[in-house]
Amino acid sequence: MDPSFLVLQSLSGLASASSLFVIASGLTLVFGVTRIVNFAHGSFYMLGAYLAVTLVPRLLDLSYSPWTFFLGVILSAVLVGLVGVAIEVLLLRRIYRVPELFQLLATFGIVLIVQDVVLKVWGPVDIPGPRAPGLRHGVEILGQRFPSYELLLIGVGPLVLGLLWLVMHRTRFGVLVRAATQDREMVGALGVNQARLFTTTLFLGAFLAGLGGALQIPRLPANSHMDLSIITDAFVVTVIGGMGSVTGAFLAALVIGQLQAFGILIFPKVTLVLVFLLMAVVLVVKPWGLLGKPDAAASRTVAPEGILGLRRFRPPERILAGLAVLLVLVVPLIADAYKVKVATEILVFALAAFSLQFLVGVGGLVSFGHAAYFGIGAYAAGLLVTGPFKAPMELALALAPLAGAAGAALFGFFIVRLSGIYLAMLTLAFAQIVYAVCFQWVEVTGGDNGVVGVWPAAWAASRGTYYYVVAAVVLAAIVALRRVIHAPFGYTLRAARDSATRADAIGIDVRTHRWLGFTLAGAAAGLAGGLYAFSKGSIDPTMISIPQSVDFLAMILVGGIQTVMGPLVGAGVFHALKDVFMPLTEFWRLALGATIIAMVLLFPRGIAGATLSLRPRRPAPASVEASA
Amino acid sequence: MTLLVVDRLNKRYGGVSAAKEVSFTVAAGEMVAVIGPNGAGKSTTFGMVGGQVKPDSGMVTLDGEAITGLPSRAIWRKGVGRTFQIAQTFVTMTVAENVQMALVSHRGRTRHLFADATRLYRDEALALLDGVGMRADADRPVSELAYGDVKRVELAVALASGPKLLLMDEPTAGMAPKERVGLMRLTARVARERRIGVLFTEHDIDAVFSHADRLLVLVRGEIIAAGTPESVRADPRVKQVYLGEAGARAAERAKRLVEVPA
Amino acid sequence: MTLPILTVEALRASYGLAEVLFGVGLTLNRGEVVALMGRNGAGKSTTLKAIMGLVPASAGVVTFADTPVTGWEPFRIARLGLGYVPEERRIFTDLTVYENLEVGRRQARGERPAWTPEKLFSIFPNLAEMRGRRASAMSGGEQQMLTIARTLMGNPAAVLLDEPSEGLAPVIVEQMAEAVLRMKREGIAVLLSEQNLYFASTVSDRAYVIEKGAIRYEGTTAELEENDEIREAYLTV
Repeated sequence: MDPSFLVLQSLSGLASASSLFVIASGLTLVFGVTRIVNFAHGSFYMLGAYLAVTLVPRLLDLSYSPWTFFLGVILSAVLVGLVGVAIEVLLLRRIYRVPELFQLLATFGIVLIVQDVVLKVWGPVDIPGPRAPGLRHGVEILGQRFPSYELLLIGVGPLVLGLLWLVMHRTRFGVLVRAATQDREMVGALGVNQARLFTTTLFLGAFLAGLGGALQIPRLPANSHMDLSIITDAFVVTVIGGMGSVTGAFLAALVIGQLQAFGILIFPKVTLVLVFLLMAVVLVVKPWGLLGKPDAAASRTVAPEGILGLRRFRPPERILAGLAVLLVLVVPLIADAYKVKVATEILVFALAAFSLQFLVGVGGLVSFGHAAYFGIGAYAAGLLVTGPFKAPMELALALAPLAGAAGAALFGFFIVRLSGIYLAMLTLAFAQIVYAVCFQWVEVTGGDNGVVGVWPAAWAASRGTYYYVVAAVVLAAIVALRRVIHAPFGYTLRAARDSATRADAIGIDVRTHRWLGFTLAGAAAGLAGGLYAFSKGSIDPTMISIPQSVDFLAMILVGGIQTVMGPLVGAGVFHALKDVFMPLTEFWRLALGATIIAMVLLFPRGIAGATLSLRPRRPAPASVEASA
Repeated sequence: MTLLVVDRLNKRYGGVSAAKEVSFTVAAGEMVAVIGPNGAGKSTTFGMVGGQVKPDSGMVTLDGEAITGLPSRAIWRKGVGRTFQIAQTFVTMTVAENVQMALVSHRGRTRHLFADATRLYRDEALALLDGVGMRADADRPVSELAYGDVKRVELAVALASGPKLLLMDEPTAGMAPKERVGLMRLTARVARERRIGVLFTEHDIDAVFSHADRLLVLVRGEIIAAGTPESVRADPRVKQVYLGEAGARAAERAKRLVEVPA
Repeated sequence: MTLPILTVEALRASYGLAEVLFGVGLTLNRGEVVALMGRNGAGKSTTLKAIMGLVPASAGVVTFADTPVTGWEPFRIARLGLGYVPEERRIFTDLTVYENLEVGRRQARGERPAWTPEKLFSIFPNLAEMRGRRASAMSGGEQQMLTIARTLMGNPAAVLLDEPSEGLAPVIVEQMAEAVLRMKREGIAVLLSEQNLYFASTVSDRAYVIEKGAIRYEGTTAELEENDEIREAYLTV
């Protein structure tokens, strides 16, 4: 290969590394101080880009010079910083002590709200930004032209690193941030008001994300998908670098930049897979990332965020369950075709949410990428019937859970080695691998468009019949999974969640049991995915996307994470609401985001959980019975 | 009969020696206490017997079988039960379920997918709870119990596998004074009845001197004294353990120093 | 000078289910050094943490500088003029000595001159030599001095000192005793937890003995040194 080509490829890798670092440094700073993984960091980045494409052209109209261009960029970043301050004061401040799952969900609520705000303000069409005056042309390097703006970006990363170093080492604020990253409690005991420190840190973090976004405008039009596409990359960089370490983020960004630049030459289809594999390997070898330190807070004891105690159905609940089954069975007799379709989807999602509850509520494994196993099942079933095999529906449905289980077993092998926030982020990363494969491997998966023509077998072709197929399979799977929760295996998972120390001391192999539990949940999700593919008649990557994973989490949150059957209620309520309201309002995501945030703040125990707390309780503290 | 033989265990962390040639034995039915100041190596010694810490050198033998360096789960299978300084229980389960869980694990049935866990080994669990005086509370959530009762449940959990040796890390820590005596009496009775050796660390000197058959005094990773409570109490070196000779000297020098007007 | 600056009444605290304090009561007067004596696990550290708001008190009242501070966040208690030096030192090892002092810096209250790094370096000469060095490179004794210096940067009226002599070489214990007496001369009241009776009697005026989460004895350190019974019962093996 031409050496000059390699140099240029490497330079372009450096340019993306630089941008990535600017964004990731903000995320890692905020995490270091607040211990919150801020999903909305990607939204800050997107806002930075949109503000810049709005402000910079106006400023350039006033005076066309590089200075006004960069003034506009900085101004956009400052505005985003102020948005960060508002979010800290209004939301984050209230959730510093809630479990990590709820923190992630609440900040994802912000993501949804910002998406709708951006659509409302700037519209759905991509907005290209102006090029930077004086940097419009290329520079000749080794006989090849290289864009001069990219060259500038290469310089921005080290510049930001240097400035951050100065702030962190030469200002009182920076010293306090570094001290708080190490020991927040001690900083408080020395008289430092953490709330103020956190607000300022959020300003800096959001500013950096906004800066990263604003700097992109000559290369990338502002668009409404920027937030989620960047946040995964930023997560990967911070996790590989070590959460809270700015220097680690810089190193990780450099490695990833080069990996992407050269990976695309060797494996053009699977560049993303390479990046995520790197992350998986780093986390297994160094569970705290390249320069990260074991998190003292990780060992803090929090009440388990899951099912609190099991018991059999009491008579009223038996009647309710019977009525529910009856209702499920009569739907096709009383509802029109559209409602039957919605009811089919509700059943499918109920199974998916239940399998997630098995992981989160029983196993204490907070999966932020459960859509992966749902999607693997859907794709396996869809590709089996449409691909060269032309397999029958029955076979496809039988293989879907096996595919889900296989995927979960493979990823779970790495995932169960971690805990807490690292575990959640790894599940998300693996889900993004699956998403990337389905998105990029166009020949097989149909890429963005997916594959159509995934129809049930002839005997089940009518909506009503297929509905009964789904109802039978879903009910059987839920009954079986509920049985497992009540069986020694379910108890063992719960034991490991309650106290891994005690579980180990009575001879339980915690890691292996978690891995098996992860695999089982993957199988159930895969089955749900297979059923969903036939109900929709097609497969596409949205089934594996982050929003789909969050929908599942929202379902168990709505239903009540401390109850066994709550997620089924949650799936029903959530999907029915989505179906009713989504066509009515153009602000569906905003409403959903606000609802998630409100749930986290007001009813972290969900609908089923909230009704439980209305019941008279025994006077003893901390006794919360869950409906079985 | 000698149940546990600990032979010249060594462990260093960085340059610091946490255990230096530590040797001792525990007989079946015997209560042996390990005492010493913070950082003397009690936890390290405990960890090396229980499998949480791998010794650099030395041997641990349980009932004639070498268990040196095995992982804690394997050591549990050989018959070593544990209780912790801060009681470790399954807080979302009932008292009986906590014990049943240990029995399920003991019988190797943790991967069973369909049996009803609340019914498995219930009678056995109730019998164990009876032994620690908690049978009446069998169906209460463990999270509702007073801490002293949680410690009793933990003891029943540790006994579920029919251990030969119990490792108890500060069994009375965090308990109300009046509960402490009860728990130690109970432990001593169980140990004698079932011929279980008990190795425990303890800060509560009352508990140590009224219930231990023998004491080991650890200072800076070394056993400086071992023997009956009476002999240890009379040992002049032990008298200084909680003060430290160096510390005492330094303090006296400091005292003289301040008599000079500043 | 017998005005109390800190009073603790019927303080109870627990870690989760494990109860540690069962109604601790004590008083620290202005400018006085008081030792809280007791064995490992008796509840000394928890008492100090509960006073500072680092462990929530389940019952009882803590009054500092005539202000009830029970249930306050630690930073507000610190700003009122109560310093805290933890047993595990908890210095910021990623920061330099100078930066550690900077974290502790707060404006002076009242007419007393503020502590400055230079003034502290004159008391702790070792720190002066390593001011630009990372705290992780310091020895245990130097770290202990740094935690005290860091707390003094907050210009406290009283300091809680948890196990100051624990695990230190004799020569450092001497310096520690000097540091405590220096604080006393500067008019700072000190409540220190201690197992070492010699150290305690060297620096403190009065002592409380705590055992199993409750105060068992109260008196001057001189009396305590004479009282074989109490010493035998609570302080030695």
